Order: sequence, then C-alpha cells, then structure tokens
Amino acid sequence: MDLLYDIFADPFVQMAGMPDFFVQVLWEGFVTGTLYALIALGFVLIFKASGVFNFAQGIMVVFAALTLVGLYQAGVPALLALVLSLGVMGTLAVSVERLVLRHLVNQPDIILFMATIGLSYFLIGFGEFIFGGETKSMITSELGLPTGSSVVDFAGGIVIFQHIDIAAVVIAGILVTSLALFFSKSRIGRALRAVADDHQAALSVGISLNQIWVIVWFAAGIVALATGIMWGARSDVSFALQIVALKALPVLILGGFTSVPGAIVGGLIIGFGEKIFEVYWGGLLGGGVEGWFAYVIALIFLLFRPQGLFGEKIIERI
Amino acid sequence: MIYRETGQFKTNYKADNSIFPILQDRIAIIFYLFVAFIVIPAFGSDFFINSMMIPFLIFALAAIGLNILTGFTGQISLGTGAFMGVGAYSCYKLVTIFPDTNVIFLIVISGFFSAAIGMVFGLPSLRIKGFYLVVTTLAAQFFLEWCFIRIEWLYNYNTSGAIEVPRREVFNVIVTGPEAAAVTQYLVVLSIVVAMTWIASNLIHGRIGRSWMMIRDMDIAAELMGVRPLYAKLSAFAVSSFYAGVAGAMMVFMWLGAAEVESFDVNHSFLILFMVIIGGLGSIKGSFLGAAFIWMLPVVLRAFPKALGLDVPVATVEHVNFMIIGGLIIFFLIIEPNGLARIWALLKQKLRVWPFPY
Amino acid sequence: MFKKVTTGAVALAIVSTLQIAPVSAQETLYVPLLTYRTGPFAGGGIPIANGSADYYAMLNERDGGIGGLKIVTEECETSYNSQKGVECYEATKGNGALVYNPYSTGITLQLIPKAPVDEIPVLSMGYGLSAVAVGEKFPWTFNYPASYWDQMSSIISFIDTQDGGIKGKKVGFIYLDVGYGKEPIPLLESLSESMGFEVVKFPVAGKEMQTQSSHWLNVRKENPDWMIMWGWGAMNPTAIKEAAKIKYPMDHFIGNWWSGADVDLKPAGEAGKGYRSANMAASGTHFQALQDVIKYVVEPGNSQADPDTVGSVLYNRGLYNSVVVAEAIRTAQEIAGHANITGAEMRAGLEALDLTAERLAELGLADFTAPIKATCENHGSGGSIFMQQWDGSKWVRTSDLIAPMTDLVRAELEAAADQYVSDKPNWKTQSCN
Repeated sequence: MDLLYDIFADPFVQMAGMPDFFVQVLWEGFVTGTLYALIALGFVLIFKASGVFNFAQGIMVVFAALTLVGLYQAGVPALLALVLSLGVMGTLAVSVERLVLRHLVNQPDIILFMATIGLSYFLIGFGEFIFGGETKSMITSELGLPTGSSVVDFAGGIVIFQHIDIAAVVIAGILVTSLALFFSKSRIGRALRAVADDHQAALSVGISLNQIWVIVWFAAGIVALATGIMWGARSDVSFALQIVALKALPVLILGGFTSVPGAIVGGLIIGFGEKIFEVYWGGLLGGGVEGWFAYVIALIFLLFRPQGLFGEKIIERI
Repeated sequence: MIYRETGQFKTNYKADNSIFPILQDRIAIIFYLFVAFIVIPAFGSDFFINSMMIPFLIFALAAIGLNILTGFTGQISLGTGAFMGVGAYSCYKLVTIFPDTNVIFLIVISGFFSAAIGMVFGLPSLRIKGFYLVVTTLAAQFFLEWCFIRIEWLYNYNTSGAIEVPRREVFNVIVTGPEAAAVTQYLVVLSIVVAMTWIASNLIHGRIGRSWMMIRDMDIAAELMGVRPLYAKLSAFAVSSFYAGVAGAMMVFMWLGAAEVESFDVNHSFLILFMVIIGGLGSIKGSFLGAAFIWMLPVVLRAFPKALGLDVPVATVEHVNFMIIGGLIIFFLIIEPNGLARIWALLKQKLRVWPFPY
Repeated sequence: MFKKVTTGAVALAIVSTLQIAPVSAQETLYVPLLTYRTGPFAGGGIPIANGSADYYAMLNERDGGIGGLKIVTEECETSYNSQKGVECYEATKGNGALVYNPYSTGITLQLIPKAPVDEIPVLSMGYGLSAVAVGEKFPWTFNYPASYWDQMSSIISFIDTQDGGIKGKKVGFIYLDVGYGKEPIPLLESLSESMGFEVVKFPVAGKEMQTQSSHWLNVRKENPDWMIMWGWGAMNPTAIKEAAKIKYPMDHFIGNWWSGADVDLKPAGEAGKGYRSANMAASGTHFQALQDVIKYVVEPGNSQADPDTVGSVLYNRGLYNSVVVAEAIRTAQEIAGHANITGAEMRAGLEALDLTAERLAELGLADFTAPIKATCENHGSGGSIFMQQWDGSKWVRTSDLIAPMTDLVRAELEAAADQYVSDKPNWKTQSCN
C-alpha cells in the first residue's frame, strides 16, 4: 500500500507542496530538452540527406569545442577563434565528403554507419594528438555569453534562472528554426530531400550529391560547435563530452530520424520526462534512472508508432 | 597455380552436404587446429596467450554470436556488451551458489540466462527495424548496465560492486582464479570456441539458418513463404545472446579475473560490431578475422615503436593508434565493404589461378 | 574455420616475443607506470603521470638512481580501462617489475588477486579496495597513506567540528556510480547510525557525468546540510558548477582527494569559491625536492609536463607516489642487503616503510605530507588527511591533519577483509606475530 502511495500519490503531493521547485524542475527539463534537440538535429540533418546515421556527431561536438578553446589558448581573439573553428568544421565537412562518402555512394546503410564510427575513432586520435588530453574550460564570457543568474520569487519560494541557460535556449531556438526553414523552404532543402529519398534518382535529375553532402556535414558541424559551447559551459571541454551525444538517440527514435520538428518535440518530451521522473520517482528505484529512462519512453512509443512521432511511414513492397 | 581443386567429385549426398567439401580446406582446418592446440600452447609466451590469444578467441565467439543476429538475420544490435554481462553475472552467481560443480559446465549454462534475456529484448524486433532497432537494443544495453550496478544480489553484495572469480578446479587442474596457468585457460577457451563454432556452422547450414537468412533478405517475402518471423527472429536473438553470454562468462572467468560493469559497457557492443563488419557480415570465418584485426592490431601497433627502438611517448602512440585504426576501418569499408572474409576469398581465388589473372 | 587467423597469429607470436624481450637486464630497478594520458579521464591522468615520471627521472639525474642502480620506468597507457590495464600488467610483469600503481580502482581490483601469484606488490595510494589495509589478509597489497574509509571518517569528523556537530544533520553523498564511488558507502552508513546523522545518496552514472542537472535538483529537494563528493574526471567541474547553480553553500560541499584538483575548479573559477576538498600532499613548488625536479628534469626539457602544471595538486600527488616507492625501494635494499631487489623483496620494503618527518625533511619535503609508518598488520597507515579550500583561483590549505577514526574504521576494515577472503579458500594470508 505504501508502495502504491509512493508511486501514485506522493510525487504529486510533492509537486503541489513545492510549486517553486516544480517550476524549477520544468525549467531544467526545458533547457536540457532544447539542448538534446540541438544534438539530435545534428543527427537528423545528416540522416535526412544521406541516410547515414552519423555516429561521429558526438566526437564532432568535442572536436569543435576543442578547436575553439585551443585556438583561443593559442592567442587568437575569441570571436576570430569562433570564425576559424567554423572554418575548421567546414574543412572537415569537405574532407569527409572527399575521402569517405564519395567512395561509399550507394552502399548499404550499415556500411556508411560503420564508416562514421571509423571517422570518430580517427577524430578522437587526431583531436587528442593536436590539443592534448587535458581538460579545458569553455571561454564562455570571452565569447560574450552571459554568466550569472536571476532569482525569481515564486509561490513562496525561489526559481533560479541561469543566464547561460537562457542564452542556450535562445541560441538553440534560433539555430533550429533557421535550419528548419532553410531545409524546408530553400532550393537546397528540396534537393536534400530528394537525395534522402534515393541517391541515384537524385543524381539523375541533376542534383550534385557531393555538394549536398558538404552542405549538410557543414551544417552538422555548426550544430556541433553550438552544442560544444553550450555543454562545455555547463561542465568543461574534455573527451568525456562525446558521451552526451548518446543522449540524443532516444530523442531521435521518439521524433523520427528524418524529422526536424520531431527532433525538437522529441527533445522536449525526453527533457521534461526524464527530469520529472528522476526527481519524483527516481528515488524509488535507487536513483540514476536517467541513463535508461529516456530509452524506455522511446521504446514504448515505438511499439505504437514504429517510425517515431513524426517519421515517414515505412511502406514495404516485395 | 599454387593449388587446384579440380577432380574432387561428390558421389553421395553426405559428401555434398559437408561443410568442407574440398580436400585442401580439410587439410587447412586440420593445420589450423594443430597450430591452435599444439604449437601455440607449446611455444607461445604468457603475454601472447593471455593478452592476445584468449581475448581474441573470446571476442571471436561474441562476434559469431552477433554475426548470427546481424549478418545472418539482419537485425542490428548494440546490446552485445550487456548480453555478455548477463552471461558473466549469471556465471558468477552459479559458481558461488554451486561451488562444487564443474566450472566449465557452468560457463556454458550461463549462456541460457543470457539467451532468455536476449529473447525478451528481441521482442521489439517484431515491429521495429533498422536503426530504430539499434536504439532499442541500446535501451537493453543501458537498462542492463543499470541493473548490474543497482541489483546488489548479482555481485553478492560486494562493497566494491565488482565480481571476483574464485579459484575452481576441474579434474584437479586449476581452471579459474589467479593461480590458473595461462595455457590451461587458453585450452579451455579454445575448446569451447571450437565446439561452439562447429555448432554455429551447423545451425547456419541447417533449416533454422536458412530461415534466418530469408528473414534477412526480405522478411515479408519470408513470411509469405511460411517462415514464422516470431520464431525466426526470437531464435536468432536467443542463439546470438547465448553466444554472447558464454563469451562474457569466459571473458571474466578465463581472462580478466574480476570485472565491474565497465567491462560490459556500450563500447564493447561497438567493438564486437566492428569485428563483425570488418570481418564480414554473414561469415563465421569473418568473425575470426575481424576479431583478430580489431583486437590484435592495437596490441601490435603499441609494441611497434619500441621494437623499432623509437622513443615516442606512449600517449602519442595511443593517439596515432586511434587514427590508424579509424583510418583502416574506413579504408577497408571503401575497398571491400564485404569485409575481410571477402578479401580472403579473393586471395584464395588469386592463388588458385596464379600466375594467370583469371 | 580458423583460416588465416592462426597463421597470422603465429607470425604475430614471433614478432611479439621479439618485442616483449626484457628491456631491462638485471642491473636496473624496473618500475612500470600504468598511466592514462588519453580517454575521458586524461585530464586527471596526465598530471599524475608527469609527477610520477619526473621524480624518478630526477633521482636518476641527481643521485644516479637508488642504491647505485638506475630506475627504469616504462609507461603503459591504460585509458582508465580495466582491460587495457590488465593487458599492461601482463605485458610488463615479466620484465622484473617491482611494484604496480594502477591509478584506477577498477584496475586495482583486477590486480589484487594476481599480486600474490606473480609476487609483485601493488601500491594503491589512496584508492582501490579499502580493506587491503589489513595486512594479515592482504600481504601483497598496500594503500597507505589512507584508505577511502579513513578518508571518509576524517571528513565526517571534520564536519563534526563545524556548526555544532553532525548529530541530527543531513549529509548528502554524491558519487561516481562505479566501484570507486561506492567504496566508502558501507562505512558512511555505519557512521550515520553511530553518530546519528542522516545520509542521502546521489549516484552519478559514468554516462551522466556531464548531465547532472537532475541530480542537483534532487539535492535541492532534499536540501542536505553537507554534501560529500566522490567524483573523478569531468564529473567534478560539472558538479561544482551545478552546485553553484542551485546556490548550494560552497563551504558545506566537500570533495575527497580525487575531487580537488586545479583542473576541477578552474572551469568554475569564482563560482567555486569556498569549496573544500581533502588532500594528502601539499601543492606548490616551494619544496626542495620539487626545485630539484624543476632543475634536473623540467628545465632541461626532459619532462612531458607543461611547466605551469608542476606543483599542481595532482602533479604533486603523482610525485608523492614516486617518493613513497623510492623510499620503499631504499628500505627494501637495506633489508635485502643488495641493491638489485626483486618484487618479493620490494614487498618487504613496502611493509617496513617508515617515512618519518625527519626523513621527509632530508628528502626536501618538509611538511609536504604526514609521516607514513607501515607495519605487517597495517598496510594503510591511516593518516595525513587535511582540508584545502578553493579561494576562487587557487587551493589554500585550511586545516591541520585530521586523524581518521582509526578504531572504528579498523574494525570495519577487518570485517570487510574477512568477507573478501571468506569465499577464496586458497587465499594467501600472513601471520604477523
């Protein structure tokens, strides 16, 4: 009976009893949700354009952040370092296309997936070789990002809003919206959808596959840089950061691999869901449930909608 | 014309059904077994047996398991590490509950626990395919990892949360525990791996193996032709997890000696998947080749600068190592997406017709 | 179905037996260094590795080694991964290794049962299994100057001196959810009963190291009076930033000695002001021994360390480890009566180690750390923990040595050691009378 009370009543009593804290939980869920959406977006872009599940996205986040901090430490002014890092991510996009993807046109998905794993190994070695394995701090204030926090009185308690979190939400929002618009409204966006449907058909109507791939990988690089700055500001810049990208996978299955709005909605559902569950129910299971909870939500969704919330319906023919 | 295979005729069905229909293959396999069972135990150094051969064989077994699922049935899984963990933890429990039972027997039995868990997590595969399935197997991976930490009964409430292998003897020979000789452990691992490879090969060539391959090639068509996806997919998950479980149990009992949850993390799932894909999807031979490539290459690369007398900091070696492995994975995928097994077949073909191009 | 593999393997066997040929002949002291300069925990591993290597290099340069024999060190990269650690162990043990310092609780757990078989002692300084401090049960393993349990009891007694005692307070324990982080929990729970405080646990899984916002939401919900952290790597700076975010009072947040490095607090900077952590060796370069390291190793360019990091918390910890090993080698040489010692003789040296304050001063390390005295029964010594506090830009030592609750801890340690040995019928113990 106690157990039933703990599961079905107590959490809600707590929510009602401390409304300020509940709002804080929701806000944290919202911020992490947006950041998850941002990481997921990096995956979605590449998956849409090339059918590649880009395992290297996580290490690209680390690599971009390391480049930024590394350049700054080498004496380059912060904003110039930002521009140069974008350049590095662009170069990376071109080289990946030239050296890897171009040779793997029309291969099965699993082969392309493996190639990105190979790429991530390479980038781990390369990144550590160039920048060393030492932990670095993100140059938050040098980039003009706000620090500090605002405390708002609410329902007899306080809610704390970190300025960097607000900035993260705003930047992620702008980035997501502009990329979504770019890929749905522009000519390149339509070409991209054509490529996603069928490599050969797209080639035959005169779409340059190579160009499209460079563009999406560059876009994914920009997203990686933004993600790296935000997560780097929340902790530090080290190779442990690549694990964060794995958190985007349940977001992807929830939202569907091919849908930009899906990434956003999925990110928010997971962000809210796991925070609320961990804070109000996690204790019953000994804590630390966040690691798999998101996957379980996603799994339950999948049993009802195997293609995710916004994914395209899979039609199979013999 | 290094060797020729002509003139070998099959005169009955039995010969036609054999796994090695060609004389040269039979000679080769006997030679390999001779090397593995006699030469290596006799001449291999402890380091070579302990740090190269034993892990190689264990990973090869796990790779065969994953290959059954991914290569033969077409279901990609990233839960291999956790299924290995299920095998290891259940073996640990069995060994501590039944201290007087033959430990080799228990290692094999622990595969059944892993198979059962594998079937449960295989259920979504009936509805979900491709990368969506990858992520559901990741759910299995993370959930099981959490269980290995949180369910203290699994490691007998050990304060450090690790499982430690006790000393066990079989026929008065120490098989597990730190006192066990590397050669003994190697021979045990080798025997289990050879036996299970033989079983896997028979499964794949039999009725059940053909139903797996039909599911892989086109599941709807297979269903129309009378293959029941429920049985085919779940049996693939069960057999695959069984192999992973036995490999996991051997990993802890025959190689590491103690393990924490870290030994079964998602990186191991990736490692095994690498082995399968680099070796060749849908090839048992490829599983061995892939395991050898992925496991032994870094060990050799690490020893390389020292052998040349170069004084390179170990960290740099490790970085370059990563770059070389990453580069080689991409390189192999580009020149031969069907893996090392295909390269091996091509080589054989070349030898057959040498010095002519074809 | 073996095909090429075994043929390749034979070729490899030949190659590798050539490569693994002993580097050191008889006339050196061979100390393998298990380091991690790569991987997610490299940030902590690099300064430790540098500190260890540089001190041995300095001894070779300044004194020509120990007892007239050069020290040969060989680094082996573990990436903080148990499997690679075991591989390193197997690769180096045949070369006449004197002692192993795994620098990872996971690797230590793997090596504990191997040590008596291969007769090479393991020294896990301030990490690993706490119970190995019981020398009767673990003849081959050492963890002085203090085990995790000693350290936890010191932190608790420190808290007991603050704000009118610990009784009736709520103590939060946030830890990395692996063997390392879970190690002190049994002691913490038994102390909470005997001293009358409440414990709330916040496990942080390895994957969640950098996404701790929900853990700290839970902290805010529970609102403990004190927080204790057992963290490592990227978990530390994240936790400190998150603590600052929920406006947790920093001076009530105490890390263990793996959660108190310069790299952990730099990212938080001003926000981390007031955060305390335990430590066992002083930081800074104002010691004669460190000046020698700078003069003989760093300035000639023979160190891998960035000169700025010399004297940092973790660099000095690595150096301290080497000091202890070097002293143990010297002791072992005295006992054995010859300079070229074996692993078994090294064990005797580690067990007879008596690093007194005078000896520390002689070594140019006066007040660097507390004296260590090992005995046959006590492989953990049990001492030398002090508190340091972050002032916004650097660490400041703020307390004297805080003695652990030795009587209480010792009983718990013995119980744990008995439990470890109980299911191992052939475990080698020693008798100390």
